This record gives sequence, structure tokens and C-alpha cells, in this order.
Amino acid sequence: MSPASVFVCLSLTLLSDYPVIRVKPDNSGVVTDGVKHSMNPFCEIAVEEAVKLKEKKFIKEVVAVSCGPTQVTETIRTALAMGCDRGIHVEVSGKDYEAMGPLQIAKIFAALAKKEEASLVILGKQAIDDDCNQTGQMTAALLDWPQGTFASEVTIDGEKVKVVREIDGGLETIKISMPAVLTADLRLNTPRYATLPNIMKAKKKKIANMKPADLGVDMVSRVEVLRVDEPPTRLAGVKVETVDDLVAKLKANGTI
Amino acid sequence: MVVKADTVSGSDMANPLRKEVRQLYKNLLYLGREYPQGADYFRERLNSAFMKNKYVTDPKEIRKLVDCGEDVIKELGTMYYLREYSIMKKRFYEEELLGLLNIGRPTD
Repeated sequence: MSPASVFVCLSLTLLSDYPVIRVKPDNSGVVTDGVKHSMNPFCEIAVEEAVKLKEKKFIKEVVAVSCGPTQVTETIRTALAMGCDRGIHVEVSGKDYEAMGPLQIAKIFAALAKKEEASLVILGKQAIDDDCNQTGQMTAALLDWPQGTFASEVTIDGEKVKVVREIDGGLETIKISMPAVLTADLRLNTPRYATLPNIMKAKKKKIANMKPADLGVDMVSRVEVLRVDEPPTRLAGVKVETVDDLVAKLKANGTI
Repeated sequence: MVVKADTVSGSDMANPLRKEVRQLYKNLLYLGREYPQGADYFRERLNSAFMKNKYVTDPKEIRKLVDCGEDVIKELGTMYYLREYSIMKKRFYEEELLGLLNIGRPTD
């Protein structure tokens, strides 16, 4: 029996090559107003993998899901243009959105996956704006499903999924049964670029709208951000003439 | 960047390739929004390239030019991907990169 539907869970982040990110004057966070946003690069890779699995006929339907304010529908549209069949936009805005973290997102994705009886949930391994690397793992735990994280290769083998994972020592190959949660790593695939004709076609695809309350998820955060600071500015290097000079400077500095 | 194209302003109503050419122009324009040297730079080059071939009428010639344009679309897609990939690689896989370049390794 081929798995019915795959959920790809997307995250909207600041554009990856944005030149200057500023910390807000009150150190409560980073300035996001007016900064160009786009789909998280690892999520693009996740979408590509799901669409590839559908093209190989391993799965029937790919659903793109994302949580956030209206801006997020753009991300879902891009995923639809890359080949997803339909989208779900879970609306979270204002204070709830600012406080939203991996736990709340994982709860939402878990509730949706259960409700829609997904066979696979694929996410990017981490969002490049917070670098948490927690949402996939938390989703799997909440669903009590096996997880294949940092996937650099995914193969569906009957009712099981073979995942080659990127770990510190090299590569680890595991076999997990479905339903399962996978998180995509950089080398999993090369995401296709959503060209204009595909974007036009995607406009006809449906994006359902819902709120976290509809899924019975409470958005209260258990984490409070105390402070955000910029990293210390790099000081210019100091040139020394001799080794003795170097030693003297290091001693004066307290380094040795 | 090499671009070709056909008559966008075509007075020749019978030419069936007109629709394709128009679509090609729109697709390229869409892709050009993220061009590293700027969307305006891209649009100028795109327009002049299309204008240059304004009076081509032979369908075979036009077909060749349109195919050329499709290749450019693929190239741009690849270039954008590589750009993204190298940013991610630098940010998250610095150790690997340094290893490849043999930096930070103890010398025996």
C-alpha cells in the first residue's frame, strides 16, 4: 500500500544572504520589519524531496503546511509552484507569532498530521533565523513516530523508509517504519526553482486556512527571551615586530 | 549574459511563435528579479537582446532562439541554487570547508 499523503512543513525566515541584520535598540530581538523574507532553504530541500517522492509514485499527495501571519501564504504558494498539491495555512499573528517557537509549531504540525492521517512529515532540519533544530524532533516525539533527521538520502521500501543520515562521524543508515518524521539536510537534493508558468498553475491550487485553536493547540510559550545582543565586533589585529614583543603583549593582555 | 529572442512587437499576426516568445520574455523577466547585478540591469540586457532580434521572421530561426532562451532559464536556476548552496555551506559546514582547504589542521 503506497503511503497516501506527505506533509511538508515550511518555515518563513529572513533571506539567507541578507547583508545586515540589526538588533533592536531594546535588545528584545532582531529587526524584521522591511527585511526580505523567503522560504527557509532547508524547507525548500524538504519540499523538493516530497515532490520527488510523488514523481516517483511512492506517494499520492503532497501537502504544504506553514504557521504564521499572512506573509506565510507566499511560502506556501512557492511550495505549490514546486509541485505540492495543496496547502494549509495555520494563522498565527501578532504577539502569538513573536512568541511562537519550535514547541508550539511542533504541536500544530503533530495535530495536523494526526488529523489528516499523513504517512510522512518532512521538514527542513533547522530554520536559519533561529538555528533551533528542534521542530522535527519535537513533532516526532509528540506523535510518537520514528524520526530520520539530517537526512541526506531517503528511499521508500514498502512500509519502511531507509534514511542515510549525516552525523559527525560520517553517514549513518537507518530503516524506520512509517508513519515517520524526516528532516532534510543540505545534501538531500537540489531544489528546483519555481518558474513563472508553475507559479501561475499554482494559483489554482487550494490553500486551506485555520487557527491553532481549531487544532486544540495552546500557543503559550514556555520560553522567555531575556536579551539579544550583537556578537562583539572584531577588533583590528595588532602587528608586532619580534617574538618577545608578542609574548609581552599576550602577558599584558592576560592571555598567558 | 547571452540572450536571444524574437519580435515582441511583431506586426506579423500569423506567426504562431509569438505566444511562446512572449511567454519566454515574461519567464526571463521573472527570473531576473533576483539577478546578482540587479533586476534593472537584467531587464535592460533582456530588452536589448529581444530588440536585437526584432525582425527575425524565419520560424526555424525563431525556434532556435527560443530554445536558447530556455537554456538561459535553466542556467539562471542553477546559478541561483549554487549561490544559495554556497551560503549555506559557509554558514553551517565551515569545518568541512576548512578541512578541504587543509586549514586548522595540526601539521605533523
